[in-house]
Amino acid sequence: MKILVAVKRVVDFNVKVRVKSDNSGVETANLKMSMNPFDEIAVEEAIKLKEAGSATEIVAVSMGPAVCQETLRSAMAMGADRAILVQTEVELQPLAVAKLLHAILKKENPQLVILGKQAIDDDSNQTGQMLAALANLPQGTFASKVKLSGDGVEVTREIDGGLETVALKLPAIITTDLRLNTPRYVTLPNIMKAKKKPLETMTPESLGVDVKPRLKTLKVQEPPKRKPGAKVADVKELVAKLRSEAKVI
Amino acid sequence: MAALVIAEHDNRLIRSGTLNAVSAATKLGGEVHVLVAGHQCGAAAAAAKQIGGVAKVRVADAPQYKDGLAESLAALVVSIAKEYTHILTPATTFGKNFLPRVAALLDVAQISDVVAVENPDTFVRPIYAGNAMATVQSSDRIKVITVRTTAFDAAAASGGSATVEPVAPAADAAQSKMLGQELTKSERPELAGAKIVVSGGRGVGSAENFKLVGQLADKMGAALGASRAAVDAGFAPNDYQVGQTGKIVAPDLYVAVGISGAIQHLAGMKDSRVIVAINKDADAPIFQVADYGLVADLFQAVPELISELDKK
Repeated sequence: MKILVAVKRVVDFNVKVRVKSDNSGVETANLKMSMNPFDEIAVEEAIKLKEAGSATEIVAVSMGPAVCQETLRSAMAMGADRAILVQTEVELQPLAVAKLLHAILKKENPQLVILGKQAIDDDSNQTGQMLAALANLPQGTFASKVKLSGDGVEVTREIDGGLETVALKLPAIITTDLRLNTPRYVTLPNIMKAKKKPLETMTPESLGVDVKPRLKTLKVQEPPKRKPGAKVADVKELVAKLRSEAKVI
Repeated sequence: MAALVIAEHDNRLIRSGTLNAVSAATKLGGEVHVLVAGHQCGAAAAAAKQIGGVAKVRVADAPQYKDGLAESLAALVVSIAKEYTHILTPATTFGKNFLPRVAALLDVAQISDVVAVENPDTFVRPIYAGNAMATVQSSDRIKVITVRTTAFDAAAASGGSATVEPVAPAADAAQSKMLGQELTKSERPELAGAKIVVSGGRGVGSAENFKLVGQLADKMGAALGASRAAVDAGFAPNDYQVGQTGKIVAPDLYVAVGISGAIQHLAGMKDSRVIVAINKDADAPIFQVADYGLVADLFQAVPELISELDKK
C-alpha cells in the first residue's frame, strides 16, 4: 500500500510573528521555519503503518518555493521514501493546494493520503477535506487513532463532545490531530540518507492546475491589545476584586 | 441575495453555535435560511423555526443524515447551494469537517473562522493563532464561511416564525459509516457557551490533581477546560482543550490554573472579558494577558479560593 503525505513549510510554532508596518501581511523574513507540526504527525503515522507492514511506500509532497525542499528532506529523514515538490512562487491557497494534490493523486494512486488537520500559519483547516471532495473519496478528519481493517480504515476523530469513530472505504483521506502520535526526532545518519532519496520537481503548469488565489488579502492588522493587568497579593484580594471591580462573580 | 446556515444539531436540539452563525448571516443583509439535515429530526427543525431572523427552514430527513457525516451532508448542501450567495456554519468540529468539502465541490474558496463581516464579500479572520487579523475579499459567486462563534452574539432561540420546507435527499455514495461515539458526560456547562471557564494546565501535575480544578469549576458554576499540555499528559480528555487548534472560548471570566500561557493556548482564550491567572512562576507569559494575576502555589491557592468563594 502506498501512502501520500502532504507537508507544509511554516513559521516555527515557537515564533511569535509580527504584522508588517504597511499592513500587507506578516513579517516572515529571517524567521525560523519548520514543518507544520500537524504534518509531522502525518509523516509519523505513515511511517508507523510502514513499520507495521501495512504500507510499502511513503511519498511526501510539498508545495511552494524551492526552499520547501528542506521540508521534504526532513520528511525523508523521518522515513518517507521519496518526495515531490510542486514548485511555484504564487501564494497557494487551500483550494489550489487541494487541486494540485488531486492531480498528483491521479498519477500516484495512493490508498491513503495523510495530511495535518491545519497549518499553523493560515489556520484554515480545509485542504484535506477539499482534496477528499475533489477526488470523491471519504474523509477521516482530526484523527486521534487510525486502524486499517481489510479494505477499509477506522478513524477515531477528536470532536467537540469527545471522540467518534468512522469506518471509511479505501482509498481515503485522513487529517491528523495532536494525539495521534508523537513524531520521532530525526537522527544525523538519517538526515544523510535523506539527501540521497529521490526528490522530483513539478510545477502547477505541468500538472495543468490553475492556482490563482481566490481570496484577496486587503490588509493584515495587529489584533486588539488587552489592557495590562495587575498582580494581586492573595486570594482574598483576588475574590474582592472579582466581586467589586470586575463584577464577574 | 439569501444566506444558508447549516444547523448543527443532534436531531432533537439545535446546538448553540448555530445561533451565532445565524447572527453572522443576518449581518449580510439578505434573507437567512437554515438547513436542518438529519434523521427523525422533526424536533430540531421545530426548534430552528423559532430562531429569530430566520425566514425559512429547509429540512432534509433521511437515514444518511443521522450522524452528520461529511460526505453525505456536503452532497446535500451542494444540491441546493446555487440558490444562495452565502453558505455559513459554525467553526466547530462539525462545521470544519464538512464545509471545505462543500467549497471544493462548488469550486470556491472557504473563508474559515470569520470574526467580522465588513460587507457581503469582505470578512475578517484570525491567522497565526490570532497574532494577526486578515481582512480578505472573495470574488467567488458563492461565499462559503465558517463562523467563529465567540465573535457574534447568539440570535434569539425563540420568537421567530420561519416557514418550513422539505428538501429532497441528495444521491449518496455511502463512503463512510459511523461506528460509534464516546462523548464526555458532564453536568457542567458546555465550554463554548459558558459564562465562566476554569482551565488547568501542566502545573496541575496529574489527572488526580485535576479534580481540584474541577472542584473550583463546580464552585463557580463554570465549564472546565485544559491546556494542550494537560490534555497530552492525560490529565483531561481531548474535548477540554482550549487553544488555536482546540476550542475557542470568550467567557466573562476565564481562570487559568497552572497554565504557562503558550501562544497556542492564548489563541483560544485571549478574547475573554476578564482573565485570572494562578501560577507559581511569576514570569509565566499567561500573566501578560491576565487582568488579575496571582503568583502562588495552586495547591494552596485553589482550596483557599474555593473556601473564600463560600463567604459572602
